[in-house]
Amino acid sequence: MGEILSNYDVLAAFWGTIQLSILGTVGAMLLGTIVAILRLSPVRVFQWIGTWYVNTFRNTPLTLLMVFSILGLSFILGIQLNTTDVSSNVFRWAVVMLSVYHGAFICEALRSGVNTVPAGQAEAARAIGLTFGQSMQHVLLPQAFRGSVAPIGSTIIALIKNSTVAQVIGAGEAANLMSTIIENEGSRFSVFLIFAIGFVILTLPLGLLFTSMSRRLAVKR
Amino acid sequence: MSAQSVLFDAPGPRARRRHAILAAVGAVIALVALYFVVRKMQEANQLQGYMWEPFLTDRSVWRDYLLKGLWGTIKAALISIVFAGVFGLLFGVGRLSTIRPVRWICGVVVEFFRAVPVLIMMIFAFGVYTRNGVFANDINPLAAVVTALTLYNGAVIAELVRSGVYSLPKGQGEAGLSVGLTTGQVLRSIQLPQALTAMLPALIGQFVTILKDSALGTAITYTELLTWSKTLGSAFTNTVPAYIVAAILFITMNYLLSRLAVTVEKRLNRRGKTAGGAHATPAPLPGAAAAD
Repeated sequence: MGEILSNYDVLAAFWGTIQLSILGTVGAMLLGTIVAILRLSPVRVFQWIGTWYVNTFRNTPLTLLMVFSILGLSFILGIQLNTTDVSSNVFRWAVVMLSVYHGAFICEALRSGVNTVPAGQAEAARAIGLTFGQSMQHVLLPQAFRGSVAPIGSTIIALIKNSTVAQVIGAGEAANLMSTIIENEGSRFSVFLIFAIGFVILTLPLGLLFTSMSRRLAVKR
Repeated sequence: MSAQSVLFDAPGPRARRRHAILAAVGAVIALVALYFVVRKMQEANQLQGYMWEPFLTDRSVWRDYLLKGLWGTIKAALISIVFAGVFGLLFGVGRLSTIRPVRWICGVVVEFFRAVPVLIMMIFAFGVYTRNGVFANDINPLAAVVTALTLYNGAVIAELVRSGVYSLPKGQGEAGLSVGLTTGQVLRSIQLPQALTAMLPALIGQFVTILKDSALGTAITYTELLTWSKTLGSAFTNTVPAYIVAAILFITMNYLLSRLAVTVEKRLNRRGKTAGGAHATPAPLPGAAAAD
C-alpha cells in the first residue's frame, strides 16, 4: 500500500475529484434552482420547459452525457471549452455535464422541499395580510429550504461519487488514476482499498453533516 | 399541481395577462435556443439525410447494433437487480438482527458499499476477473458490471428494507410478540411482507438507477447500448445521431419505469394494504430515480 502511495500521486487525483465535485455542485445548484423556479412558476410554458429538462437529464446515463460531450459536442460540433489545452477542455466538459445531470436532481430536491409546506401555511400568511413577496420571504421559502436539505445532501454526495464517471473521458480524477495503477500493477486489493477509503472519507462526514442538519432544521409539524 | 396552490394564489385578470406575456417570452426563448441547436448541427453537417435515415430505413441499424446494445444493458440490469435484491434482503435483515455483532458487521458492509463509487468497484472487479481468469474471457466484463451494480444497489436495497421495517407502526411488531411469536417470526411473517410491499416503488426506481449505471460498463469493455451506439456511429459515420438515438432509448425506458413506479405507489396508497402506511424513506421522491 505504501509503495503505491509513494509511486503514484493519489492525493493529486483526489484533488481533481474534489475540484470536479465542488465546481459541479456549484453548477448543479445554479441550474437546479433555475429549473426549479421554472417548474414551480405559474406559467404553463415555463413548467413544460422545466419538466422537459428534468425528464431528459434525469433519465440519461451520466456516462452517455460525458462521452457525448467529448466525442459529439467537442470533436464533431467543435464546441471546445478550452481550445488550446485538451485536458482542460475535458475537465471543463466534465464539470458542465456533472452540473447538467445533477441539476435535474437538485431541482427535484427543491421541489420536494416546497411540497413539504402545507397549503394552510400559505393560506394563513395571506389571511393575516402578507403580500406575495412577504409570504414567500417569511413563511414559505424558509420552510421549503429546510425541507429540501436532506435530498440536496444526498444529491451532493451522489455527485461526488459520480465525478468518477469523468474517467470515461479521461479527466484527471481518482478513478482515472486507479485504472492506470491497475493497468500497471495489477488489480490488487490494496489499490481498491486506497480509493474506496478515499471516497468513504469524502462522503461519510458529509452524509453525517447533512443528516444532522436536516434533523436540526426539520420543521416540527 | 399541489405545489402551485401552495406558492401562488389563483391568478386574477392582471396576473393572467402577465402570465400570458411571460409564456410568450418563454416560448420565444425556447424556440431561439432550439434554433441555435439546429443551426450548430447544420454548420457541423450533422443534419444530413444519410445520417438519420438508416434509423428508419436500414433494419441492420437496429438488428446488429441498437437492439444488441439494448439487450446488453437490460441483461446486466436484470441479473444485477436479482442479485442486489438477495444481497439487500440478507443485509437489511442482518441490520435488524437482535445479535449485536451481526447487526454491526452488516451495518459496516452496507455503509461501505454505499459510499464507494460504482465505477471504482467495477474497475477493480474487472481487473481481478481478467487477471485470475475467474470467468470465461467474454463473460468477464458482464461479471464485473454485475458485481459492482449488485454490491452498490444491494446496499441501497438493504437500507430500503431496514427503513421500511422501521417505518411500520410499533403496534405491528408488538402485536406479533404479544401473541407469542418470536422476534424472527414477527420479522418474517408480519414486518417484512409489509415493508417489501411498501418498498416496491422505490425498488422500481432503483432499477432505473441500475439501467443508467450499466452504461458505466463501457469503461471496462462491456458491450451495452452506449458501446454499441458508438460502434454504430463509426460504421455509419453518424456519431452524433447515434448517441442522440441511444439517449432517447434510455430516456424512454427510464421514463416509463418511473411512471410505473408512481402508478404502483398510488395504487399501494389507495389500497391502504400496509397498515399505517409504511414508506421506504431513502427514495426522496416517489418513483424518482436517485442521482447515483
